[in-house]
Amino acid sequence: MNTVEPQQAPRPNQGARITFTPDGALCCTGAWTLDHLAVVERQIVALPKNYTGQINCDVNAINALDTGGAWLLQRTLKEFERSGCTISLNGLSNDFAKLMETVAHSWAQSEQLQPAPPPGWMARVGRFVWSYTGNVRNGLAFLGETASASFSLLGHANRIRWRVLLYNLQVDGLNALPIIGLLSFLMGIVIAYQGAEQLKIFGANIFIVDLLGISLLREIAPLLTAILVAGRSGSAYAAQIGTMTVTEELDALRSLGISPMSLLVIPRALALIIALPLLSVFADAVGVFGGMLIALSQLGVTFTEFLNRFEYAIVLRHYLIGISKTPVFATIIALVGCYQGFQVFGGVDSVGRHTTISVVQAIFLVIVTDAFFSILFSWWEI
Amino acid sequence: MNSILSAAQPRIPVIEVSHISTRFGSAVVHDDVSLTIDKGEVFAIAGGNGCGKSVLMREMILLQQPSGGEIQIFGQNISAMREGHIAALRRRCGVLFQHGALFSSLNVVENVAVPLREHTNLSKRLIEELALLKIASTGFPMASVTKYPNELSGGMRRRAALARAMALDPELLFLDEPTSGLDPLSAAGFDELTQQLREWFRLTIVIITHDLDSLWRIADRVAVLGNGKVLGIGSMSELSTSTDPLIHEYFYGPRGRAAKEQAWNRK
Repeated sequence: MNTVEPQQAPRPNQGARITFTPDGALCCTGAWTLDHLAVVERQIVALPKNYTGQINCDVNAINALDTGGAWLLQRTLKEFERSGCTISLNGLSNDFAKLMETVAHSWAQSEQLQPAPPPGWMARVGRFVWSYTGNVRNGLAFLGETASASFSLLGHANRIRWRVLLYNLQVDGLNALPIIGLLSFLMGIVIAYQGAEQLKIFGANIFIVDLLGISLLREIAPLLTAILVAGRSGSAYAAQIGTMTVTEELDALRSLGISPMSLLVIPRALALIIALPLLSVFADAVGVFGGMLIALSQLGVTFTEFLNRFEYAIVLRHYLIGISKTPVFATIIALVGCYQGFQVFGGVDSVGRHTTISVVQAIFLVIVTDAFFSILFSWWEI
Repeated sequence: MNSILSAAQPRIPVIEVSHISTRFGSAVVHDDVSLTIDKGEVFAIAGGNGCGKSVLMREMILLQQPSGGEIQIFGQNISAMREGHIAALRRRCGVLFQHGALFSSLNVVENVAVPLREHTNLSKRLIEELALLKIASTGFPMASVTKYPNELSGGMRRRAALARAMALDPELLFLDEPTSGLDPLSAAGFDELTQQLREWFRLTIVIITHDLDSLWRIADRVAVLGNGKVLGIGSMSELSTSTDPLIHEYFYGPRGRAAKEQAWNRK
């Protein structure tokens, strides 16, 4: 409530003051409203605290009072009373008295609140461990659920939601072609450039083909594609499913007898499992093309020479190894994205948090899996 | 019901809506809507779904521009206002949105403290005390003040949002369907709270509602919107004798009759 007339905005120059007059009376003046309270608050801190005995508080000159001002006045007087003073309040108009009463009434209610003590370190450790193991448990449960849903689909191709699958194939596969093409093209150029500097020293120009072919086909193209798709599609899955959780759409699906697993998770996972190898092949081709351009311009290796050497030097298995990793990456990305979507609980900020987690986790797991594959392949000596 | 607005008090207009029209593409929402809201009254805007109640409120709180016409708040034309004046005007208005619109990443105390922290430079302690004070004055259960919005029931969320709307001691309070989705008991409680807050803080309250019980219980005057126009303005007992077929239908449908009987019985 502002007691200032409605037609004019509160004037900033009606400063509020609280002072002790020389004869020991507490004198409050001005507009005790939210705009001016910061000043009063500082003045109150500066008031002498060791006061005892009778205090006459004169509030006659307060010309505006809102709940903030009323509370501050009340709190100050209470503190004086607690330190042993007796207060007599003079000059409080009827309106202001009513407001003071209202504030006192509300405060009495809010004082019933006893804030819970902050948890000790044992409790915090326990809570952390519990929530962490809870995450692992939930993750495993989700994995199991997905597996059982996929097994039940085996041999029932008509139960797969083809429309959803094809839609995701377009959105997550086809529409990703430009960005993946551009980035792998640039990647091919970068690798060829760095390699060319070194190879020139030895006059081993033609080996640019080996360098480029093996690194791109076997490692970089699949990994780059997986990371891009994790950022592009995995996050989208988490955000879509998460928002559906918030708006109770998932509950609606369940109550209509439609399993979110079969409608949302399986088609997305299948679409990525199909799309990622294809995208990876595309990235291979465009990346090698980028390298070829540099080989021509920096090392004088013509396209024909390059491709002849390519056929001879790059064994098919490098290409196959690279491609064979991508369905695994696709599964990881799709499942992590969907899982984080299902983990959303409560409000919108939870959607944002889980979307971020989904990207970080998916990229982390993709790289760990890639390292694991490297170890595995070196054991098998391929 | 009119204890505050005694006849002796002069009527000071707080909001004057004159000849507002609003169009979305070819859809006409308002066609020449005019009304005046006086200081200290509880003014309700009623009408069927999609009659432009919420749009009218959004125009009053400067979230949307009308296609034509003029709105004056505290005597100032709001469509011709400069940034600084708009900010000052917003400080004098509190808005309770339909679903509360609490910030989901903040708990209840923090939510109510947001306007205080943003617009004043008070100490942390004072801000928290004022927030608690406001929360207590809305009857929100004090044991739940550190909960987050998604842990609250609909009624609690509404009260917390009201506390936030009241944080800066507004003179003008807008309530968008405050009782929708509440059980009858909570809705009645909320009506009572509205009355009480008005008496305590001498608010002018603009309330958008479908709730016929609420209309009978707390509204001083009601404007019924329909077909893009104001079909009628007046107290509930005046409107209930209106001959306009749409108003008649609104008040004498099966639910309208029951609410009216109840209101008479109470008297």
